[in-house]
Amino acid sequence: MTGTDTNRGLTSSNPESGIPESGTKELDQVVIRFAGDSGDGMQLTGDQFTRTTALMGNDIATFPDFPAEIRAPAGTLPGVSAFQLRFSSFDIHTPGDAPDVLVAMNPAALKAHIGQLKKNGILLLNNASFKALDLKKATYTVDPRTDGSLDGFRVIEIDLTARTREALAESDLDNRGKDRCKNMYALGILYWLFQREVDPTKKALAEKFAKRPAIVEANLKAMAAGHAYAETVEIFQVSYKVAPAKMPPGTYRNIMGNQSLCLGLVAASQKGNVPLFLGSYPITPASDVLHQLSSYKNLGVATFQAEDEIAAVCAAIGASYTGKLGITSTSGPGVALKAEAIGLAIMAELPLVVLNIQRAGPSTGMPTKTQQADLLQAMYGRNGESPMVVISCSTAADAFEVGYEAVRIATKHMVPVMVLSDGYIANGSEPWRLPDIDKLPPVEVNYAPEGVAGVKFKPYERNPETLARPWAKPGTKGLVHRIGGLEKQDITGNISYDADNHQHMINTRAKKVAMVANDLAPMETIGEKSGDVLVLGWGSPRGAITAAVTRLQEQGESISCAFLRYLNPLPNDLEALMRSFKKVVLPELNCGQLAMMLRSKYLIDVQSYSQVNGQPFQSQAVEDYMRTVLQEVK
Amino acid sequence: MTSVDEPKLTKKDFKSDQDVRWCPGCGDYSILNSVQAAFADLGKKLHETVIISGIGCSSRFPYYMDTYGFHTIHGRAPAVATGVKLSNAALDVWVVTGDGDAMSIGGNHFIHAMRRNVGLKILLFNNRIYGLTKGQFSPTSPQGKVTKSSPLGSVDYPFSPIALALGAGGTFVARAVDILGPHLQSMVKQADSHTGTAMIEIYQNCNIFNDGAYAGFTDKGVRDARMLYLEHGKPLLFGADNDKGIAFDESFRPFIVEGDDLGKAYVWDETADTPAPAMALATMDEAKFPVPIGVFRRIDKPNFEYGVNQQIDAAVANNKQSLKDLIYAGETWEVT
Repeated sequence: MTGTDTNRGLTSSNPESGIPESGTKELDQVVIRFAGDSGDGMQLTGDQFTRTTALMGNDIATFPDFPAEIRAPAGTLPGVSAFQLRFSSFDIHTPGDAPDVLVAMNPAALKAHIGQLKKNGILLLNNASFKALDLKKATYTVDPRTDGSLDGFRVIEIDLTARTREALAESDLDNRGKDRCKNMYALGILYWLFQREVDPTKKALAEKFAKRPAIVEANLKAMAAGHAYAETVEIFQVSYKVAPAKMPPGTYRNIMGNQSLCLGLVAASQKGNVPLFLGSYPITPASDVLHQLSSYKNLGVATFQAEDEIAAVCAAIGASYTGKLGITSTSGPGVALKAEAIGLAIMAELPLVVLNIQRAGPSTGMPTKTQQADLLQAMYGRNGESPMVVISCSTAADAFEVGYEAVRIATKHMVPVMVLSDGYIANGSEPWRLPDIDKLPPVEVNYAPEGVAGVKFKPYERNPETLARPWAKPGTKGLVHRIGGLEKQDITGNISYDADNHQHMINTRAKKVAMVANDLAPMETIGEKSGDVLVLGWGSPRGAITAAVTRLQEQGESISCAFLRYLNPLPNDLEALMRSFKKVVLPELNCGQLAMMLRSKYLIDVQSYSQVNGQPFQSQAVEDYMRTVLQEVK
Repeated sequence: MTSVDEPKLTKKDFKSDQDVRWCPGCGDYSILNSVQAAFADLGKKLHETVIISGIGCSSRFPYYMDTYGFHTIHGRAPAVATGVKLSNAALDVWVVTGDGDAMSIGGNHFIHAMRRNVGLKILLFNNRIYGLTKGQFSPTSPQGKVTKSSPLGSVDYPFSPIALALGAGGTFVARAVDILGPHLQSMVKQADSHTGTAMIEIYQNCNIFNDGAYAGFTDKGVRDARMLYLEHGKPLLFGADNDKGIAFDESFRPFIVEGDDLGKAYVWDETADTPAPAMALATMDEAKFPVPIGVFRRIDKPNFEYGVNQQIDAAVANNKQSLKDLIYAGETWEVT
């Protein structure tokens, strides 16, 4: 990748928006936030801007932030739904901290987000929804447009409702239907302002509403009207251009984390010729995995929407027992319910992939907000000594490799694998350089062959290299055997309460997981392999950490960062890497869970940098924190 | 599933090499014996048969059968078995469970297996007590049951597994008794020939914690007077000389007929399109009416795994897609 996520004019580290006021300007990057009622179509609007921008070759990162309620009371603060996107002409790692442009469809959206808009940033307001009642719903006592609180921003007030109705005067839609197109009017304005192409959106809407041509027509008309309005009324003195990013050659598509995770699972299934079976129960933010895999029936993927979380994982275990690769997708509360069954899979030594798309807990918590606080649950949240492989994805594109890797490990080592993703990765999107299918690593699937007459099958006779037991599919002659959750004698699989055998089996199950580390490539760092500070990360903070560390590196600081995909087992070379730095700092969206694991395992004084507020790290905050650490180290 | 070149297995062939460790005198022994005999008669193959259980005394069953077996976790056997049957519909999948396992901790999986009509055969050993945990009342214990956890008598009302299965849309619902071997074997064989979910409640005596729970109607001396054998197409008759019968009023309330009214006894139709008569029999007061055994309901309905796999097969046949096509789908762009 060329370029780094550095401070060039408009970046998050610049508190003032560098968008110039006049003249045609070329920019490195822009951060836009669309905010409105959850019924205002902000996610769709953001999604359209994203698709178009990705196709135009910019690097892009997105952050949808929406309420859990499908339709919270209109106009209120809890009902505000937002979509932030950042696009650039260089390689970026985060959707940006503060926006350059805020589109606020009502006073509630304004109130919720104005605090983050950069000084001198563009604020596009929908004047139609600033009536007394609207202001009251947003708990404004004074109209913010008149009290001077918006001074310092470039405020553009447009009655989007009136303009949209005018544009759709000839449409057969009723006013309600017309009003629903006002987000497209706003999108048209932004398309003009940032010189975006309109064709991809035309095509996408035509597909999305294929059965309702009147809606397609109205939306496109509203978008065209917004575009024309921006161009002719001269509300902006300039329009801006963001050149394509210099990305490594290849074929790209824009992808969301849950999507690419599913593609990784399916790719591994095809590569290893092992059919997938998903048992799942709907839960935010994991439901899209169920939806996505349900659409891959043509690739032999079976999905089962179970009666509950427990049935979902149990059916997946049944599928794995039968020779398919059982998967279950959920979020933290679901993992809690599945714990006993995962223990069964550990005991039965069957492959299983558990996807935990983490959300803010505890309990029901904040389902649509992001967090990484299920690591210790993944590691230790089962009765008895029940180690399992835990791996994590760090970006939307990375989720493909992690999904693939989960299947590869599960089938090769005959173990359950927990994949930790989170809401930020699941719903965020970025350009994904598509892999060369032929170069994907092999997925080993070894079904036990038919037994020999007169020879008793040994279900726990192990592969010496992995300690994996045979995958003996029911239906295969000569392999009848019994397994279950009771402790068994190694090799024969018979129930055993023998003390020495139990100790041996406890050790063996732990060793099996530890041996997965033998497959791992050496750890990579961004920056030197030794120095003052090593910033370790896992999961979604990767982008914020990378951006912060590369900026500090450009300022000449002795700081590097490295990322852990494998959390259990940890890479064999991790300890040596950590010991090559004066200080190791670990930012994570929990109260220091991985930091605690590393401290206890290696007796290294890993410093935790914790944030648990339901929001991703801002790269500026990480940078500031690391700067103080660097000063302390010196 | 029999083939000409392989000899038919005998009952002995279904016995595993593991010592059976139920309490001496437990009703489970006679059930195991009947199932092994029925499986042999049915010409089953060891490697095509899978027995899945939960937790409890009954759930030790798979260890004693020389077939594929999976002793899973408490209450979850129907869920695991659903995954097995969906993944390989050719397998012959049997679930062995108990009244605690299926009616209490696993109640949800039980009703949903019934609702979906998965091709599973469920043998529910009902001893109306928790045996493995040493004698607490179960969801099928009669109200007032005195146990260690209910020293003053249980306050809970019990429910009938048969009524629950019928209410959940069960397509084959039957009852048998541990000690009535030939009848039990016949129920197992009928369940085997049913394509959807088949559930047999088996009254099983726990001679340690609930001895004689069924003696009031299964003992030889009272059996004829107190039990009602359901036979398809025949009137509901009971008594030493079949001198009594069961009829229903217009609200499907049962009443006993005898003498000149014996001809009014209801003619049993296990394939009736309404579950009402079966439900009426399943909820009859045990103290006032004879206890029915046999097939309560047997109706044909396409089963779950058939529907699921049909969708997949059709999608595979009609919409072939390579891995590359899948990954390179959607809006892509080239960077050179």
